[in-house]
Amino acid sequence: MYKYDDFDQKLVDERVIQFRDQTQRYLDGKLADTEYLPLRLQNGIYIQKHAPMLRVAIPYGMLNSIQMRKLAHIARTYDKNYAHFTTRQNVQFNWPELKDTPDILAELATVQMHAIQTSGNCIRNTTTDQFAGIAGDEVTDPRPWCEIVRQWSTFHPEFAFLPRKFKIAISGTTEDRAAIRFHDVGLQLVKNEQGEIGFDVYVGGGLGRTPLIGELVKQNLAPQHLLTYLEAILRVYNQFGRRDNKYKARIKILVKALGVEAFAERVAAEWQYLVDSPSTLTDKVINKAASFFLDPAYEANPSEGDFAQQRADNKAFSRFVTNNTTAHKQAGYVAVTLSLKKTGVPPGDVTDAQMDLIADLADQYSFGELRISHHQNVILADVKKSELYALWQALEANGLATPNIGKLTDMICCPGGDFCGLANAKSIPVAAAIQERFDDLDYLYDLGEIELNFSGCMNACGHHHIGNIGLLGVDRKGEEFYQLSLGGRAGRDEANVGKILGPSLKQELIPDAIEKVIKVYVENRLDGELFVDTYHRIGQEKFKERVYA
Amino acid sequence: MPNIILNGQIVDDNWQLVSLDGELPAGGKVLLPYPLWLSGEVDISAFEAIGVWLPNDTVLDEQAKALDALPVIAVDFPVFSDGRGYTLARQLRERFNFKAELRAIGDVLQDQLFFMHRCGFNSFAVRADRSIEEALAAMKPFSVSYQAALDQPQPLFAQRWA
Ligand code: SF4
Repeated sequence: MYKYDDFDQKLVDERVIQFRDQTQRYLDGKLADTEYLPLRLQNGIYIQKHAPMLRVAIPYGMLNSIQMRKLAHIARTYDKNYAHFTTRQNVQFNWPELKDTPDILAELATVQMHAIQTSGNCIRNTTTDQFAGIAGDEVTDPRPWCEIVRQWSTFHPEFAFLPRKFKIAISGTTEDRAAIRFHDVGLQLVKNEQGEIGFDVYVGGGLGRTPLIGELVKQNLAPQHLLTYLEAILRVYNQFGRRDNKYKARIKILVKALGVEAFAERVAAEWQYLVDSPSTLTDKVINKAASFFLDPAYEANPSEGDFAQQRADNKAFSRFVTNNTTAHKQAGYVAVTLSLKKTGVPPGDVTDAQMDLIADLADQYSFGELRISHHQNVILADVKKSELYALWQALEANGLATPNIGKLTDMICCPGGDFCGLANAKSIPVAAAIQERFDDLDYLYDLGEIELNFSGCMNACGHHHIGNIGLLGVDRKGEEFYQLSLGGRAGRDEANVGKILGPSLKQELIPDAIEKVIKVYVENRLDGELFVDTYHRIGQEKFKERVYA
Repeated sequence: MPNIILNGQIVDDNWQLVSLDGELPAGGKVLLPYPLWLSGEVDISAFEAIGVWLPNDTVLDEQAKALDALPVIAVDFPVFSDGRGYTLARQLRERFNFKAELRAIGDVLQDQLFFMHRCGFNSFAVRADRSIEEALAAMKPFSVSYQAALDQPQPLFAQRWA
């Protein structure tokens, strides 16, 4: 993974000094609330229901064991012994004190971490596929590009005060696992007939109040032009994006208002002044970025040991293998997904002890590296099959081996009304009630892959629009209700926003409603057909009739 | 007399800002609103010197080429959190090759000076209720920048990875 040199280190160290001073001036009354607000936001600090919340950046989800231990230490020292992994591959602490935040940032800087631009109206953490670099179906590894974009976007002087937040996702595979068409900019790596790499550039996707699917603005952009082209997009947005209404300020609204052709023309008009400027990438620079993401020292064709036997002998282990491991380009290895979706634990939450354990296991079994997925799980990307059993035992003993990855109970869920000041409704207890309802594993497996996404309000941090089943907390005359939508999905070619099923429902009715939806699926599915495919084949009506009968 | 930061020094300033619907002063050095200046309705011979200030929704087109001859252009930041002025500054410097004084006016606060300077401003009318000395001292919180900009023509990667 990427390693800081003196330049990168200096930048985060100086950021700590700057933020300490800003916070001190605020606490001394020399900075008004409104002036401090964007400064702290650009350092990931929100004032939430109970306390400030600190969001720490995990660039494109990559983390090493030393960093994970530092997160555990912060949870223990400054928080209530846990942390929360987010749908944007970052991590949040829910209970730090504002006065402590400069110290926390100083601690993070010692392990090459920061909270820069994790919030605020600026370019946020770039996200990608959690299996980048190990997937067999990859055009090329997206991570070097993520790092190039990370550096370019960090304290970009022109784009620190955009109309609204700006999120970029990059996918290196044909099967899009980064939901690129639901980002402000989605970059799809492609290869042309000559075998040269390029980017298909999608702009104007997003969730929130107005879910829109990103449109293709530039096909097969030559890679050396990536930064100047992004600069042109951002410049058009900075200049023409709406600033009069925060709900209309995302770039998607601008793209929609202008139409994608007119938008693309404006970008092209701006780009002509930027193309071939010094920000143009050279092969040397691209290769240097790629050199940070070379394969670890895999063993060639390692023995699988007793793997087959262990699997035959132990049903629980076998279930884990089926559900929580992903094929690897390297023979004898798999990627292992640790589930942070154990019933009764808020999705994405981990304790300090679990984080320490995960760090140790990463050192022992996976070259000391970890990844966070936008599904809010943790991945050990390079585990030998022969060591899988021992790893599973350690995970199982610590509540990290729930064999539900990709299944209904592996839901994406925002913190909701228990923590978030913006929420209309709670999400965590409802998620738990659904998990309890579907606790029969065999039934769960029979249902196959189903994405259930849950947001506590229209801000859609839980990506409810692109859940096969989406749940949204709404406020009805001061009461917490939930709106159910079906049929959403990510994916480059089949991206789709879920359709609202009908009137919102009371909390107690949600597990029943989901069960009814699932029954309709089971009754109607063709052999091997996924939930979302059945839904699109038979349509909404049958589901609606059953739920509202 | 009010003062500003100009090229890293605190200096007296006697440019008079004419607001969009404001009265013209009798003489002296004036910063005219860009639309008024474009209109050609002002008798510029009445003044010692003429500069222009740009509202931040200005779109620079062919007409902006004439700005080049001015001794000072100011860009307005009605609130510091509206970042359009950064783009205008870069366009003036990079596209229109403007070389003289480029001044940030309006809600100009110390925590944004670094970004402004990188985008090509060399002059800062710090908000009157804030300490201009403290602002000057805090102008450069970072000694490293990743991007190419007006203060650093090459991106960091060209320096360390080329
Ligand atoms: S979706 Fe709403 S409730 Fe959930 S975390 Fe985001 S803002 Fe808070």
